Order: sequence, then C-alpha cells, then structure tokens
Amino acid sequence: MSQSHAPADNSKYYLPHGTPWPIIGSVALFTTMLGVAAWLNAWFGPGVFALGLALLAVMFIGWFRTVIGENQQGVYNLDVDRSFRMGMIWFIFSEVMFFAAFFGALFYARTLSVPWIGGEGVKVFNKIFLWQNFDAGWPTNGPAHLGPRADGSFEVIPAFGVPALNTAILLSSGVTITIAHHALKAGNRGILKIFLALTFLLGFLFVSLQASEYGEAYMHKGLQLGTGIYGSTFFMLTGFHGLHVTIGAIMLTIIWLRTMNGHFTPTRHFGFEAVAWYWHFVDVVWLGLFIFVYWI
Amino acid sequence: MAYTEHAAHDHHDHKPSGMWRWLSTTNHKDIGTLYLIFSCVMFFVGGAMAMVIRLELFKPGMQFLDPAFYNSMTTVHALAMIFGAVMPAWVGLANWMIPMQVGAPDMALPRMNNFSFWLLPFAFTLLLLGFFVPGGAPAGGWTLYPPLVLQGGDSFPLAIFAIHLMGASSIMGAINVIVTIMNMRAPGMTLLRMPLFVWTWLITAYLLIAVMPVLAGAVTMLLTDHFFGTSFFSASGGGDPVMFQHVFWFFGHPEVYILILPAFGIVSEVIPTFSRKPLFGYEAMVYATASIAFLSFIVWAHHMFTVGMPLAGELFFMLSTMLIAIPTGVKVFYWSATMWRGSLSFEPPMLFALAFLFLFTIGGFSGLMLAIAPADFQYQDTYFVVAHFHYVLVPGSIFTIFAAVYYWMPKWTGHMYNMTLAKWHFWLSTIFVNVLFFPQHFLGLAGMPRRIPDYATQFADWNMVSSIGGFGFGVSQLLFPYIIYKCIRGGEKATAQVWEGAHGLEWELPSPAPYHTWEEAPTPAQIAHGAEH
Repeated sequence: MSQSHAPADNSKYYLPHGTPWPIIGSVALFTTMLGVAAWLNAWFGPGVFALGLALLAVMFIGWFRTVIGENQQGVYNLDVDRSFRMGMIWFIFSEVMFFAAFFGALFYARTLSVPWIGGEGVKVFNKIFLWQNFDAGWPTNGPAHLGPRADGSFEVIPAFGVPALNTAILLSSGVTITIAHHALKAGNRGILKIFLALTFLLGFLFVSLQASEYGEAYMHKGLQLGTGIYGSTFFMLTGFHGLHVTIGAIMLTIIWLRTMNGHFTPTRHFGFEAVAWYWHFVDVVWLGLFIFVYWI
Repeated sequence: MAYTEHAAHDHHDHKPSGMWRWLSTTNHKDIGTLYLIFSCVMFFVGGAMAMVIRLELFKPGMQFLDPAFYNSMTTVHALAMIFGAVMPAWVGLANWMIPMQVGAPDMALPRMNNFSFWLLPFAFTLLLLGFFVPGGAPAGGWTLYPPLVLQGGDSFPLAIFAIHLMGASSIMGAINVIVTIMNMRAPGMTLLRMPLFVWTWLITAYLLIAVMPVLAGAVTMLLTDHFFGTSFFSASGGGDPVMFQHVFWFFGHPEVYILILPAFGIVSEVIPTFSRKPLFGYEAMVYATASIAFLSFIVWAHHMFTVGMPLAGELFFMLSTMLIAIPTGVKVFYWSATMWRGSLSFEPPMLFALAFLFLFTIGGFSGLMLAIAPADFQYQDTYFVVAHFHYVLVPGSIFTIFAAVYYWMPKWTGHMYNMTLAKWHFWLSTIFVNVLFFPQHFLGLAGMPRRIPDYATQFADWNMVSSIGGFGFGVSQLLFPYIIYKCIRGGEKATAQVWEGAHGLEWELPSPAPYHTWEEAPTPAQIAHGAEH
C-alpha cells in the first residue's frame, strides 16, 4: 500500500480479478439479519446479531482498504473515476427514494388518513359510528390516544429550539465542507484539515443534540415511537436521518484521517467528493424534516 | 493487505479454480452464469409450489394441505418467481450481454457486481427458512398487506429482511447496469445505436433504483408496526392500512414493468434477426419504452380500486392506466411490422418470441379490462386477475427468458443446442400454458376468488382442466435444463454470427465468447456492422 511504487499503468479501465469482500459481506448481512430476526422472535439473544455486525465491519474495512490501496497506486484512470461518481450519484438517489417512502407516509397520514378517521367528506360515518370523540388534527396519536401516558397526552418538540439550532449546525457544516473542498482544490492542505475536522465535529454535535432531544421526548414529553402516527412518523424519519448523519460523520472522519495521511490531490479526490455529496444529501433531508416534521 | 490483484493484468485468462472462483469472481460472464443458474433453480422451486397449488385445486374440497400451508404456497411461489426467477434472469442476461453489446470489457463496478449476486442466495435462505419456524412460511400473500401480514408467525421478520436483501441486490445491480451503459460504451456506440435490449435494461434500471428503496421503506414500516409499536397501518393510532397499499403499489406497479421491459428488449432483438429485417421504428420503440416507464409511476392505485378511494382518484388512475395501452400498442404493432414481408424462419427463439407476441397481448387486453374501474369492482381478487398477470408473466417474461437463452446460448457455450428438443419445449409449453391459464379467465368471471384452497363445485371442471395444464406445463419445463446441460457438454460448433440475420456487437465475437471480451474496443466498422437495425 505504500506510495513508492512506480506509477501503475492506468491506460486501461481497471478490472479487479477476484475479490473476497462481497461474499464476506453477504455472510455478514445474512448473520446480522438472522440475528435480528432471532432476537425479535426471542429465539436467542443478540449475540448472533453482534457477530454479524462485527463481520460487517471487517468487510467494510477490508473492502475500503483494498480500494484505497489501489487508488493510491494510481491504477484508476479517469474512466474508473467517472464510474465511481455515477455509482455514488445513483446510490444517493436510491437513498432519496427510501426517505420518500417515509415522507409519503407522513403526507398521506396528515392530509388523508387522519382527516378521514375524523369523518371528513365521504368518510362521515367514521365520525358518526366509529370514533365520535376524535377530533382530527395534527399532531395526533390517533383515536385510541396511543402512547406512554395514561391520559393519552403528549407534547411535541418545538421547531424553534434545539431543532432550529441543529438546522444551523448542519447548514454550517455544509459551508465548512465547501471551504475544505475549495482548500483541497487550491492545494491549501492546512485549511482543508481544519475545516474537514470542523465538519465532522459539527456532525457529531448534531447527533448528540438529537440524542438528548430523544431522551427529552421519551422521558418528559410522552413522545415515543408508540405515540400513534405522530410518534411513528417523527421517530422513523428523524431516526433514519440521524442514522445517516452518523454514517456521514464517520465517513467524514475517515476522509479526514486519509487527508492527514496525505491522500487526495487537487485534481483527483473522488472519495472526498463522494462524502461531500452524501453530506449535502443528509443536509437537504434535514431541511425537509425541519419544515414538515418540526415546523408546519 | 498484500496487493496482488494488480499483477493479474499480465495473465488475463487466469481463473482461480474450484469453488473459490465462483465465490470471488468479478467477471461479468461468470456472474451472469451464476445469476442464470440461480434463476433456473428458483424457477423450479417456485414451480414446485405451483404444482402443489394446482394439486390442491384439482378437485373441490380439501385434499392434501391445510389452509395455512396452502397460503404459504401462493405467497412464497410469488416471491420466488418474481424476486428469485424473473428478476435474476434479467440481471444475468444483462451481465452476459450488455458489456458484449456495447463493446465494454466488463461491467463498470465488478466487485459490486459480485456482491449483488451473492446477496441473493442468502436472501432466499432467509425466506425459505420460514418454512421451518413456528407459524410456518409467510402466508399473507406476496403483497404483504397489513393487518393480515402482521399476524404472521416467526417467519415474518425473516421475510422482511429477505426482502431488504433482495432490494439491496437489485439496487446494486441496477446501478451497475446504468454506469456500464452510460460510461463504458465503446467510442462510436452512441445511445441511439444501442441494441434495444440495452435500452430497455437502462430504463428498467432507473425504475429499480427509484422503487426498490420504497419497498424497503414499506416493509420497514411493517416491521416496526409489528415489533416496535408504531401505528403506520393502524387506524387506532391515526394510521391507515390502505396507506400500505399505496406505498406498496408505488413500488409494485413499476415492478411489474421491471419484470417485462427487458422482455420487450429481447423480443426486439429476436424478431428482426429471424425476419432478416431491421427493427421497424427503432427510435419509436425506445421512446415507447420510456413512456411506459414514466406512466408506470402514476397508475399504482389501479391495484386497489375497491379500497374506497375518492371518485377523483378512481378516475385518474383508470385513465392513466389506459394511457399505457398506447405505447404498448406501438410496440406490438411495430414488432408485427418488423415481420411484414420479412424472410421469416422459425427457430426456437423466434417461436418463443412469436408466442410472446400473441399471448402477452392477450394479457394486455385483460389488463385493459381490469383498468376499467367499475368493471374491476367485479374482477377484483378473482381468478380473472390471476389469469391476467400469469398471461403477462409466463408467456410474457418467462417465454422471453427462454427466447433469450435459446438465442444467445450458442454464443455462451460455443455449441448449437438440440433444435428438435427445443421445439418440443416450445410446443408443449405453449399448448399447456394456455390450458393452464385460459380457463382461469372463465373461473374469475364466474366469481371464483383468488387465494383459497377450496371452492364451490360449480368451478370444478375448469379447475381440473387448469390443473392438467399446470402439470403438463411443469413437466415440459424439465426439458429446459436438459437442453442447456447437453448444449454446455457438446454439440455442433456454433459460428460467430450463429444466426444468419443476427446483427450486433456480440455476434462480432467468436463463439464461445472468450472469458474477456472487448479489451480492445470494437472498431467503427464493427459497430457500424452491428448497428444495422
């Protein structure tokens, strides 16, 4: 993996010959998912799940080491680079569609199913026969007033508190990574390292603030995953987003470590850009969450 | 880790031996072969379940199974056929053919290519494991509607995670196809010179990337509703079970085009070859495919006309669905026009393509009937629906997979196969598929519901006919792996062009195609010769 090798021949599109990582990854995912299913079914404890996660970590580390090593040897020509870029773009698009499913559920519940349960329009008999005492509105935990509190009440997290602060944090991290990118292209590696570090620190700050808000919601607000449709959409959307921010912040940390090791050049830095795109993607999803989940 | 792979540049045909070759391969032909073998295995696994279903339905009354196991049979038959047989067959064909057809040395992202295949056997292990856990395999139907599916036994989370893995596999496969087509084409292989199979797969890949994550989201919501107390699909918490149907069919309708668009591409290659004429209206075929793909996103609720949607929704989804008949009609007419005054010959691929043309069109027409919302109120959940989608999937997708294998197998193996046996395979399949599915139209119109192991005696006659057709169809399929096996082992040497009327870059290569092809990009003359469509 040292860089002292003679520059490799990259006149041709690089094709690897054999790889152990995908089959390890497949076994890892199988073990993880079998472990979760067994755990949920109370067949046995989380041990198999943990083993699967460990294998998954081995796969990620091994696969990325291989690719980064090849990259440092210079075997990837610009065509390979373009393949990676296209692959990353379409991967992010698939992630967008994953979030779209949950946003779709939120919009459907707010604009259709909750008003219908409340007897809107042709669904008037719901009000007359099924749920006389339910006043459709948002936020709601449904006619059965599901949730941890005996009186069925719950409070939401106001938009203009920590969520607004988190918006500022994520937007700032979008600025810092852009400054880092410009510094990388200008060959100013001091600025690059500082602003990249700032970016992932802001990311982890976001995650910890979000975690403390979750604690607040669970302990003091009666707002949990089981708090009806509001709790369901709230925690699934912000939870999957938080997971993606965590992954993104780990990716940022890794490219920061690579930067410290002298990786990336002003013209060739796909790894950096892929992480930056991913980071902007979680940023944009957050804006949607801030507007549609917290604010209006 | 030690960096050794790079050295392999020097000895290109180096293949690791034994099992490890197949576990670790990054070669598009190896991976294509793995996909096709997997697909064939799942075709027989799902087919065995279909035989069990037809056995139970042979006579009215409960004969062999308990109802829960019968429901597992219909559910897992569908999942195995859709995600295990048809989709992997398309990806396998894409792996084999797209790099050869666009003049690329391999798929763009070879390691990920291996990953997308090897996830599949593990996904189906999870799914089929369900048969051996308390409560039995999933039995709520492949559409996984809540609240029924939430009442499943211990196989429920296994099935959910299996679907997650299948989705991940499909997304990675689709990304690979898009990147290969957009980035790896040989110089001179412009978009509008690409063979139709490449075009239809490109459009299919966009559909996959757009909708598989939506399915992942939908089944994740099922999982949390079951285990973590969320209320997405429960009215008591403010959710709605119908919401699942919307999210599911937003995936599900593009999914049915994922199952058929590559078939359109294959038919568009086979019919010109055996008509010895270029494809009629090449560009219009491309645009028709793209239109069908676009429309597939705005028709989903025609699967749920009877859930009590507002009238405006019924109308919108009825009319948008009928619009699909226009680009599909363009295709059917253009395939027919391709044959007009052609010099036709009837080798097995052409026979299957012709059967596709007639029988898929029957399925298309029954689809139009189902699209009429007020009529659908009668057809909903009857055997008419079963007849409809089996007409588009069996003589539609499956026959086209047969056509593709019979068309390209000489290129893969270097041998011609036994034409007589392949024609037997065709005639037996075509006769029995109609005996099997045509009576189901009558059963459905007479009111026989889907997904029941027993039925009123008035439905007995046509069910018996249908079962006889089913057994005949099932047994005839045993010819298929036999023909393939014999062709791999030997047979008359195939020429490079194989078929007199074949055009395309794959036919510029020797048969069998070498392990690595187009390491030097094809010449402009080869591309021009190949692109005579």
